[in-house]
Order: sequence, then C-alpha cells, then structure tokens
Amino acid sequence: MENGEWRVDASKLKYAQTHEWVSLKGNVATVGISDHAQKEISDVVFVELPAPGRVLKQKESAMVIESVKAAFDIYAPMSGKITRVNEKLKDKPELVNRSPYADGWLFEIECSNVKEWDSLLAGDAYEAVKSAH
Amino acid sequence: MQYISNTEQDKKEMLGAIGAGSFEALIAKVPRALRNFKLGLPAGLSELELMRELEGLSRQNKHSNDYASYLGGGNYDHFIPAVVNALAHRGEFITSYTPYQGEASQGTLQSIYEYQSLICELTAMDVSNASMYDGASSLAEAALLALRATGRRRILVPATTHPEYRQVMRTYLSCLDAEIIELPFSNGATDPGVLKKFLNADTAAVVAQSPNFFGVLEDMRSISDLCHNAGALFIASVNPISLGILEPPGEYGADIAVGEGQPLGNPLSFGGPHFGFFTVKEALLRKIPGRIAGLTVDRTGRRAFVLTLQAREQHIRREKATSNICTNHSLCALKGAIYLTLLGREGLKKLALLNFQNAHRARERLLKIKGVRVFSDGPFFNEFALHIKKNPAAFRADLLREKILGPLTLSEFYPDLPDGFLFAVTENRTRWDEDRLTRAVGETAGPAAKKEPRVRAHF
Amino acid sequence: MSELIFEKHSRNDASWLPSLEMPEAALLGQIPQTHRRKMAPAIPSLSELDVVRHFTNLSKKNFSVDSHFYPLGSCTMKYNPKSLDAIAGLAGFSQIHPYQDEADAQGALRVLFEMQAFLSEITGMAEFTLQPAAGAHGELCGLLIVGAYHRSKKEKKTKVLIPDSAHGTNPATAALCGYEVVQVRTSAKGHVDVADLKAKLGDDVACFMMTNPNTLGLFEEDILEIARAVHAVDGLVYYDGANMNALLGICRPGDMGFDIVHLNLHKTFAVPHGSGGPGSGPVGVRKELIGFLPSPRILKKDGGFFFEKNAPQSIGKLRSFYGNFGAIIRSYAYIRALGREGLEAVSENAILNANYLKTRLKEIFDVPYDGFCMHEFVLSARRQKMKGVKALDIAKRLLDYGVHAPTVYFPLIVEEAMMIEPTETESKETLDEFVRVLFQIQKEIDEEPQKVLDAPSTTPVSRIDEVRAAREPNLRFRR
Repeated sequence: MENGEWRVDASKLKYAQTHEWVSLKGNVATVGISDHAQKEISDVVFVELPAPGRVLKQKESAMVIESVKAAFDIYAPMSGKITRVNEKLKDKPELVNRSPYADGWLFEIECSNVKEWDSLLAGDAYEAVKSAH
Repeated sequence: MQYISNTEQDKKEMLGAIGAGSFEALIAKVPRALRNFKLGLPAGLSELELMRELEGLSRQNKHSNDYASYLGGGNYDHFIPAVVNALAHRGEFITSYTPYQGEASQGTLQSIYEYQSLICELTAMDVSNASMYDGASSLAEAALLALRATGRRRILVPATTHPEYRQVMRTYLSCLDAEIIELPFSNGATDPGVLKKFLNADTAAVVAQSPNFFGVLEDMRSISDLCHNAGALFIASVNPISLGILEPPGEYGADIAVGEGQPLGNPLSFGGPHFGFFTVKEALLRKIPGRIAGLTVDRTGRRAFVLTLQAREQHIRREKATSNICTNHSLCALKGAIYLTLLGREGLKKLALLNFQNAHRARERLLKIKGVRVFSDGPFFNEFALHIKKNPAAFRADLLREKILGPLTLSEFYPDLPDGFLFAVTENRTRWDEDRLTRAVGETAGPAAKKEPRVRAHF
Repeated sequence: MSELIFEKHSRNDASWLPSLEMPEAALLGQIPQTHRRKMAPAIPSLSELDVVRHFTNLSKKNFSVDSHFYPLGSCTMKYNPKSLDAIAGLAGFSQIHPYQDEADAQGALRVLFEMQAFLSEITGMAEFTLQPAAGAHGELCGLLIVGAYHRSKKEKKTKVLIPDSAHGTNPATAALCGYEVVQVRTSAKGHVDVADLKAKLGDDVACFMMTNPNTLGLFEEDILEIARAVHAVDGLVYYDGANMNALLGICRPGDMGFDIVHLNLHKTFAVPHGSGGPGSGPVGVRKELIGFLPSPRILKKDGGFFFEKNAPQSIGKLRSFYGNFGAIIRSYAYIRALGREGLEAVSENAILNANYLKTRLKEIFDVPYDGFCMHEFVLSARRQKMKGVKALDIAKRLLDYGVHAPTVYFPLIVEEAMMIEPTETESKETLDEFVRVLFQIQKEIDEEPQKVLDAPSTTPVSRIDEVRAAREPNLRFRR
C-alpha cells in the first residue's frame, strides 16, 4: 500500500456506505476514511474532530473534514462514545491524504452495540460501492 | 437616461443570430396572465435633470457641514481627509466584485489583509474578519458565535449597551433557544457585583460596551474576569477611535471584540453604509463568521493574497455555515484602512486626545450653567450625558437657531430617564461651536445674537 | 511589488489634525490608569503621498467593471453610473446623522418613502422595508417574517424547501432561523421538479425559497402552480431577488404569488459592488405580512414623512438605524433616471445579450439545459474537461485576455458549470470580442492545452496556493 504502514489489519477492515473504514477490537472501533474518499476530497486543509466523550448514533454526523472548496461530513459508522481522537490532525490535516489507514486515522469509538459491525460492508462489497460512483 | 450600449441595428442582428423573430419570442414562457401591467413610475430624467432634482432633495436635510453636530449614539461627525474618498472611490475598487478570482483581485485582497492587520493591532486581538454590516449586527453575530461555541444558552447584556444593538441581538436570536438577560446600571455604568448575580453555568457570554451608550467607560477588566470565572465568553463592543488612548479589548481579556467602524473614515450617510469590525482570540478562529483574506504564495512562490478558510461559509457549508452572511462591507472597511494609515500611530493617539479634550472641556462648561446636572461621574471618552430640565422640542429649536444639531434625547431610548441628553463631541467641534452650545443651553428665552454664518469645507 | 503598508516607512505627523490645546501628558493624566492604553498599536505611519501611492497601486491589481468586461453570472456586474456616486456624496445626503430630528431630514425620508413605493410597484408587493444591508440579510429578514407569521397563526412549522440549484445563503439562512432544510430536485428541463416539490409539501412546511428565473437562467414557467401548491399547506413562497434584472417591466413576483421578496440593489439597481459590499437587500411583502416588517417603517402624514416605531407584531430591528442609505440613494436616483421605459430596456437588453452569447457559444460548449434563457445562462465545460482542461482553467485563461471570469462551479447541479451574465449595459461589440476570446481559448485547448493550464500569466500573481493558505492560516501581518 502506497500510504505507508498499516495501522490496522486490512483484511479485517469494514466500511460504511459513506466511505469510512472501521477496525474493531473488542468493543473499540477505530475509524478513518478510505483512500478512495481522501482522493475525492483532495487536499484536506482542516479536520474538525469530535469532542471526546460525545455519544453518537450510527450514521450520525461525527465530524467534518474540509478541503479548500468543500466541507465533508464524516459519519459515525457505529453507535457509541468517542474515547480518543487523532490529535495530530489538528496541526497536520494532510495526514488524512498521506496516510488514510495509519497516521491519518480519525477517532476511536467505544461501541454500544457491537452487532452494528454486521451492517458494515466488507472489502469486496465496498469495492463495488466505489465503482458504482 | 439609459445606459444601454446596443444600437437598434445591433439588436436586429442579435435577434437574427439567435433565430428569434422578436424579443417577445425570447420570453414566451412567461405566462400571459403575468404580462398585463405597466409599471407606474415617473418618467426618466436626463443626468442634468436628475442632479437638479436630487440636489433639491438633499437641501431639505440639515447637515453637519452647515450645522455643528453634537449627535452621537453610534455614529459620529468626524473629519474625513480628502485622500480617503479619492482612493476608495477609484473605479477599480468601487466597481469590482468580491475577490473570489484571486488573481484578478490582488488589490482588494491585499487591502483586506491590511485592514485585518490594522484592526488586530487596534484591538489587540488575534484575528479579524474582512468586516460585517455594522456594529449592531457584529454584536449579534458575536452572540451567535458564543452560543455555538459554548453550547450554553444565556447571554448577559448590560442595559448600558446601545439600545439598537440590543434590539438587533434579540432579533437575531429570536429563533434560537437562547435567553437574553439585561443588566441594570447605576451611575451610568454596570456594577460588576450585579453581573455576578446573573452569571451561572448556562451563561454563554457576557456582552459589554465601552464607552457605553451613555459615553461612560465600563469596568471591562472586572467584567471580563467575572465572566471567565463562570466559563463564559466575554464579548466587548468598542469605539475604534477611543482605542488610541484606552485599553484595547485584547488586553483586558475579551474573547470576541466588535464595534462600529463608521468613525474610521466613513461619512454619516444617515446611518449607513458603514462597517462592523469583528475580531476573536486565536481559539475561536474557525468559528468566526464572514470572509477572511489570507497571505500565501502563487505558483512561482511570489507573495499572494486569497480568501481563505472558506469552508466555514454559506456558499460551501450551506445550512451548516457559521453564519448566513455573504458579503462584507469591503469598501467601507477599505476607507477604514486608508483612514487609519493616514492617521498613523501618533495621529490616532492625537485624534483620540482631541476628542477627549473637546468633550471634557464642553462638559465642564455646560455643567457651569444653572439647571444642568451631572448624569454620571464615571470616566468617559468623547460622549457624555447630562440632566437638563428642558422640553426637548423647545430645546431643539434653541439649538437650531444657533446652528446646532443634537444632543440626543435619552428618553427616546430610556423612557424612565427624563431630562437626559447625550452629547458627542469630536475633533470637529470648535470653541466657537461650544460658545453657541452653551448659549443655547443657557438661554432658553429669546433669540441668540446673530453671528457670521457658519462656513466649513467638509467632504 | 506587493509590499505591505506595514513594511513602508515615511514621515507622518497627521498634520491634517489641529493641535491639542493642552499638553498630551496632561490629557493622558486625566484618564484613569486602569483605562489607559499601555502599548500603542503598531499602526504604520506613512506620509500622505505614500498612502496615496500604495492604495493607487493596489487598485491597479483589480479587475473591475470600469476597466474590464465582467460577465460574472448571478452577480449582475452592470455599469454603475458615475452620477449616482456624485449624488450619494452630496453633503445633504452624506453628512446627515441618523438621529437628527425627522423634521431636519425630510429630504432623506422622502427618498426612503418613495423608494419603498418604487420597489413595491416594480415587484408587485404591498410594502417594502429598506433596512436589510445585503441580500443574505434580506433573506434573514424574510425568514424571520415567515416564522412570525406562522407563530401569529399558532402554526408550528419546521421545514423550509429549497431547490438544489439555490444560492448557499438560502439554506444557511433557513438553518439560522431554526428550520430544517429539505432540497427539491431540478427536473431534466432545468426547472423546479413540481412532482418532487408536491411530494415534499406538508403541514410542516413553512416556506419555499426560490429564484425566478432560477440559477440556470431559466424562467420557472410552473410558478403559478408552485405558488398555489405551497399556499395550500399555508406555506409562504419566498423570492430571492438575485435575478430580478431579468424581469423589470416584464412580470412581477407579487403577481406570480410570491409572499416575500428580497431585492439586491447592488445587482439590479446599479449600486456598485465595492469589492464585496456594501450592498442593500430591501424586502417586500404582501399585504397580510406588513405588520411583521422590521421597525421602524417610514410613513407619510399630512405631507410630512416620519418613522413609525409602534409595531407590536414586528420582527424587530435587523441592524442599527434604517439601512444602507448611501446605497439606497444611488438606486433611488437610478430608478428616477431610467423611469419606466429605461427599466424595461434594462431587462430587454439583458435577455437579448444573454441569448445572443449563448447562441454563439453553443458551438464550443455543452449547454446542459437548452431553450431560450433569461438574463444569464449556464454552460458546461465537460467536453473540455475530457481534454484535461477544466472550467477553472478556462476562467483563469480568460483573465489573460482581459476578461473577468464567469461564475464557475455554480449552480452545483451542473458539472463544470460556467455561469455567464453579460448584463444590459454591454455592447454587441464587447460580446463579439468575448466570443472571439473563448474560441481562441478553445483553439488553445485543442492545440496547446498547457497554455490554459498555466494561466493566468499576465496577472499580478499566477495561480494561488489556496491549500497552503487554508492549512497555515496567515491572516494578519506580524512583525
């Protein structure tokens, strides 16, 4: 993968229809956006991270990624509480472009309903969503 | 008068090229039912007739070139050097659009960047936007920002804040789940002790204006400290010229500082257009409404200016924007920037001191007149209120006879303050104006002695 | 050189100010220590000549209507008659204070009163307020009136419908007023999809905001049906007047069934754009809504004009004082100068110029929604994009030919959109020259596209690094 080392195990990633990737360990999900999504967004200039402790429902808008000419909502792929955010993005939003699956991760969420994992897309299903675009 | 460049021949050729038999064919989609009217408007005028007509209308207004104005309350009669309009009214500034095409708008963009820098220096704040409509809407937008940033819902605002600003804030917040509490005053200013009683964990912001509507300086430092102790944001509304000698909002801890920019090189124009300045501390940078210009480089590495942080704005975020504001008041802000540059650091201080000097001298003289009483003994800048036992209409007639406009009748804004009059005294007021003012205040009966007519060049 | 005023130094003693009568220190001593400024602001100090030269040179780095053809769609960059500036500068208009007695400002009040009447006549509305400072401010005024109207009827409404082709201020304003925004689709022909609109209409709909002609430059021919449908659920129909330049003397929003209208005096009524303001955004309403207008209203009694401040149902004040008088006086004079026939000629020539340009440019650009347009039209550069040149590149290349770029990438529903509004004041000769330039650029796209991709090369700066500007915000000079 051109975007550096995997922080997460690629084969175990799942995706939301809205292009977020999710890696689940126990009941903690790490969330980022796919390589396809970062290319669509183009140069990320600012990342408005969610406040730790915030409780979100699945598919609720969690945060915003800004490019020069657009703002993109990033949705919580699973319900739960934000436990950690990627502070590095505050000064280096370009990490989302450079390393969407590793240094450019967005936030961690403590899932309140792990069963939602089943509603997410596996890698091949996500490929199909991408090409449909 | 029409400003059409096409000749009849051009129009015929164009219709031919389009393939339309007539102009009517182009608008055939407009339903017939909508076409049955003729505009009832007066016939057009040549430029000569227009000027004659409008000059006539303008003469029905008493203006501050002919009259010495003691009117303030947000707009002030300051001298504007000729350079300001000579530059700002150049066609390249006045007939260009918002600088979205940066490469074709470097003049506007650099001047906005310079404006922002000047306003930051003046207020000692970190970030300024490219300007807003006026002081009142800036204050309302500041309250919106505070509600958004804190997630709280209470706004505390002293009743010494400009009554119209408070009204505008109420209008802007009327659709939101917010609570505005007005604080009473004593001796013309807000008592921090009273403020303390209304502060709670749901307070998003405390607003304070200094000099306040009565001209009195508020204890901004104490208000700021109390506000921050409650975890609320402090919004200061200030007179830009006063900052030549008075402590700026950034120094006493304001999180947001706003104000009316009219005193900086903009003519009164019956209340507008002017501009509002809007500044924040760094932490609120991403929450600021309106346009902002930034410095960057072009492809060859040359210095270049561009509108930036646009993803906050309505044309991108749409319903999630930080404000619905689209325009700024660029030309008015440009006048402000030119004016400040013409003043320079020393000039600004001198101007502020001239205002301070003239206002204090006038107040002292007026207070010597029988029947004139102190309204507040608090410190003030260029505006002060006095109690004068006079019928406002008769008083106005006396003043007009002396070729004076104003002062403001306080009871129009504060019905429970009878006999209160508000005087604004700028660098434009002379000792001779003051002589006539004291005469009008002192002599209610009988016409004043006729003197030479007032002549003053003023643009 | 793009030297900043902060980087220049010359003698400045502000000698345009009179001297102080007391020593500076004595005056400063009168200010209580706690209120005194400790450190002077770092404002540059320059001689008058240096100030003049600095800003004159800055001005030369701008494109403007006075110097360039400016076919910026949706913005109506028409010629701004110089007489209007002279009128606004008359001492009797520019040197009057908002708080002087009504009796001492009868000329100004007459202007405002008559202007309200002119705008009512032009739009077919019952009454106008001149208070809003800009189009978006007018929208805020309009939607607050919508809210006040429904509250007065004890109706609870939560949604505002907006076409997907709308200006961004429409949804931003609706959200500011606490409404949920619901988008209405545009049909294949480029109009409001009436079926989609009807499907989304319900008792919870407060308002439908639209422009007519819409942002594609097309007249909404179903407007009467649309207004009826929205009224059937007691929703109000809001007219965004950005495109009023197309309709002067042809038809009126009031007759179409619009309940609330805002106008942009800086577009239709020749107030210069001033590098981004001030403008003016008056709002008109139908009879039933007059009581909700902002306070004060300007009325006439016994031949005199006065401020009516008693307005129990009013939405309140939107700004201090009465509006951007200095802009309003310009538009008032403009309407007086043109009269009925002149205003009719405005829209006729605006529509003619737009259709002529569209016809000529169809040869090289895709037209996503065809048919006669009103005062503006939208082209798509998708054909050019396939050759690697985008609408943005074409826009930048136009600058090299001394033409301001059209509006690009708006409306959002058109791929590679280029929105062109020539306005009525341009001559056929200028339009022909514009066509010649675009054909030349097309030739470059075919033969040497790099030239277009590298544009602009003749402007004071080449393409600007906006990513850097946003990632590392530098918003003020620091020493």
